[in-house]
Amino acid sequence: MSGTKIKTLDELRKIRERSKAGTKLRLTGESGNRVTISVGMATCGIAAGARAVMGALIDSINENNLENVAVVATGCLGYCYAEPLVVVTVPEEKPVHYANVDEDLARKIIELHVIGGEIIGNSQLITDGLT
Amino acid sequence: MNRIRMHMLVCGGTGCVSCDSTEVKDALVREIMEHGLENEVQVTITGCFGFCEKGPIVKVYPDNVFYVRVSPDDAKILVGEHVIKGRVVEKLLYGDTPSDIPFYKKQMRIALRNCGLIDPEKIEDYISVDGYEALGRVLTGMTPQQVIGVIKGSGLGGRGGGGFPTGLKWELTAKAAGDKKYVICNADEGDPGAFMDRSILEGDPHSILEAMAIAGYAVGADEGVVYIRAEYPLAVERLQKAINQAEAFGLLGDHILGSDFSFRVGINLGAGAFVCGEETSLMNSVQGGRGEPRIKPPFPSETGLWSKPTSINNVETFANICPIILNGAEWFSGIGTEKSKGTKVFALAGKINNVGLVEVPMGMRLGDIIYSIGGGVRGGKSFKAVQTGGPSGGCIPASMLDISIDYESLSETGSMMGSGGMIVMDEDDCMVNIAKFYLEFTVDESCGKCTPCRIGNRRMHEILSRITKGGGTLDDLEQLKDLGEIIKICSLCGLGQTAPNPVLSTLHHFYDEYEAHIVDKRCPAGACTELLRYTIIAEKCIGCTLCARSCPVPCISGERKKVHDIIQEKCIKCGICYKKCPVDAIERK
Ligand SMILES: Cc1cc2nc3c(=O)[nH]c(=O)nc-3n(C[C@H](O)[C@H](O)[C@H](O)COP(=O)(O)O)c2cc1C
Repeated sequence: MSGTKIKTLDELRKIRERSKAGTKLRLTGESGNRVTISVGMATCGIAAGARAVMGALIDSINENNLENVAVVATGCLGYCYAEPLVVVTVPEEKPVHYANVDEDLARKIIELHVIGGEIIGNSQLITDGLT
Repeated sequence: MNRIRMHMLVCGGTGCVSCDSTEVKDALVREIMEHGLENEVQVTITGCFGFCEKGPIVKVYPDNVFYVRVSPDDAKILVGEHVIKGRVVEKLLYGDTPSDIPFYKKQMRIALRNCGLIDPEKIEDYISVDGYEALGRVLTGMTPQQVIGVIKGSGLGGRGGGGFPTGLKWELTAKAAGDKKYVICNADEGDPGAFMDRSILEGDPHSILEAMAIAGYAVGADEGVVYIRAEYPLAVERLQKAINQAEAFGLLGDHILGSDFSFRVGINLGAGAFVCGEETSLMNSVQGGRGEPRIKPPFPSETGLWSKPTSINNVETFANICPIILNGAEWFSGIGTEKSKGTKVFALAGKINNVGLVEVPMGMRLGDIIYSIGGGVRGGKSFKAVQTGGPSGGCIPASMLDISIDYESLSETGSMMGSGGMIVMDEDDCMVNIAKFYLEFTVDESCGKCTPCRIGNRRMHEILSRITKGGGTLDDLEQLKDLGEIIKICSLCGLGQTAPNPVLSTLHHFYDEYEAHIVDKRCPAGACTELLRYTIIAEKCIGCTLCARSCPVPCISGERKKVHDIIQEKCIKCGICYKKCPVDAIERK
């Protein structure tokens, strides 16, 4: 615990901004209209580097101060050849599947798709005909 | 860089702790360390989720998955499946979907807003969810009169039982002449079955400290006291930690947030007497005197602790203050009914499926709380009544399930809101016996200072005992009513003034049950053992002698292969024969 006393409301608010990192995941979880990013974390996904991808997604979300984005691990989706696999679900929209994601693409997914609202076409998994 | 991707919140309320939730937490932490995931997953102890029936509870964020009845052994599968592979562990879910639980659907959490969300032992967690922002705004931008104006405008009424307007209480204390004033938080919580105040203090202690400081600013007090029963060790511990942290951060102490306002809070432990929840007894107790009430007026707002003007509020009342300051009086007064504003926390207990703590907007239909949220009566039995208001309240019969939950409607039934206990009774509960139970409690808890309460309630209890043993007369019922009315009018404090309520309300709603005990010498619910009669149904008896051999008296005659018989004069109504009979040939009436 810090021994320094808070002397103004502004200082309190600064501490609040810093402390938010500690509870953000919970508030995001409680929020109804959150963007969910699922990362395939079955054996195949992890072997292909899903853990690093997940780390990059989380870093990028934190760097961009995004409030309503939840990154969750998910099981094998059956497209083992395309791992690491990332699925972005924006409320009210069709889920978008990204194949062979690396750390670089993970950052782009946050910056272009989640923030910019633009689907990165050439990285999409072709799911037509599959459900 | 913080790469925590998942939070696992384990309930640390007293209910879950007693079901090993601390061990669940330890097991989860061990499992996570074993997989080297400590930089990805954080395990936190939090306050009560309210769904005590299904504890220990573990909630996983950000996916918002709610696990129930988790045991330490489940840690392996939770980490192996959910944390690592992202697969929800279905056998630990409540219902089919992870977060769509009827228990929570109709709730509205204001007082309980942070319970189950933050770590109560971490001031940073509280600050991160706008903690101390209300105090900051009050100290930097509002006059005491403005603060009082907002609380008055919100329509908040005291949650300790009386429903007295909180803003008005603050105003009276602010206006009272005196150089020294106090703010007291009443955390005595003496009603049997109630645990909302304990849960708030265990789950969100800073919200109470912040609200007390706001009250202090509004009324002109620089000292606060939390009076809490020593039987709440976890709440006391977390509250003390919270006080220490708030002082270290300068949020309690001198010149808070650079203002001229200074405020300190101390804890006073009570020994758990019900009467010490009554405000004047409470103050006597804090001063080291006996927990005895005194006549009002003067009210505490003029002559309170150490004879100084004192504003005393209940824990749940305080828990509503910060949201009102942050969201405005209109927001709060928009919730609830015409006269009862905001929400109320209820402790659901008794014969109900979902025992636990719920917070609902005032005005909700009683039946909705019991069926939609509470999940109905346990074991498919039929609903008979619900007891509200504890030892000062009464029983509301099944025919009144449509009433709205607010101060006025509950009082009209002859019961009251009280602190929010709700004990559900089914067909097996005898209303005479229930009335006797509550009266026994008040007889025990009466401080003895005034005669109507000390002696009157004892006389009523004797009459009830007589009735439940089959020795009552119809005259006794008139006596009960007369005595009850006199005790209500003549007693010194609220304890005596309300003690006859459980008797009067059951007499009103369940008169025929009293009559059955007296006229037919029969207890319709089969709960008053001394009125029970065990008989053997001759057609069913196979003469196996099991009952005769099990009878401890013994008072069952009968040879092998012949119909047995119970000698009524000797029977002690223990019911062993009834339980032992292999062919259900014994009747209990
Ligand atoms: C016998 C008796 C017991 C009481 N017990 C409590 C209690 O446990 N907690 C409480 O807050 N108020 C209790 N009260 C009510 C207090 O006297 C007082 O009205 C209350 O603390 C005021 O706070 P409020 O206006 O916020 O409700 C009790 C009253 C009586 C007569």
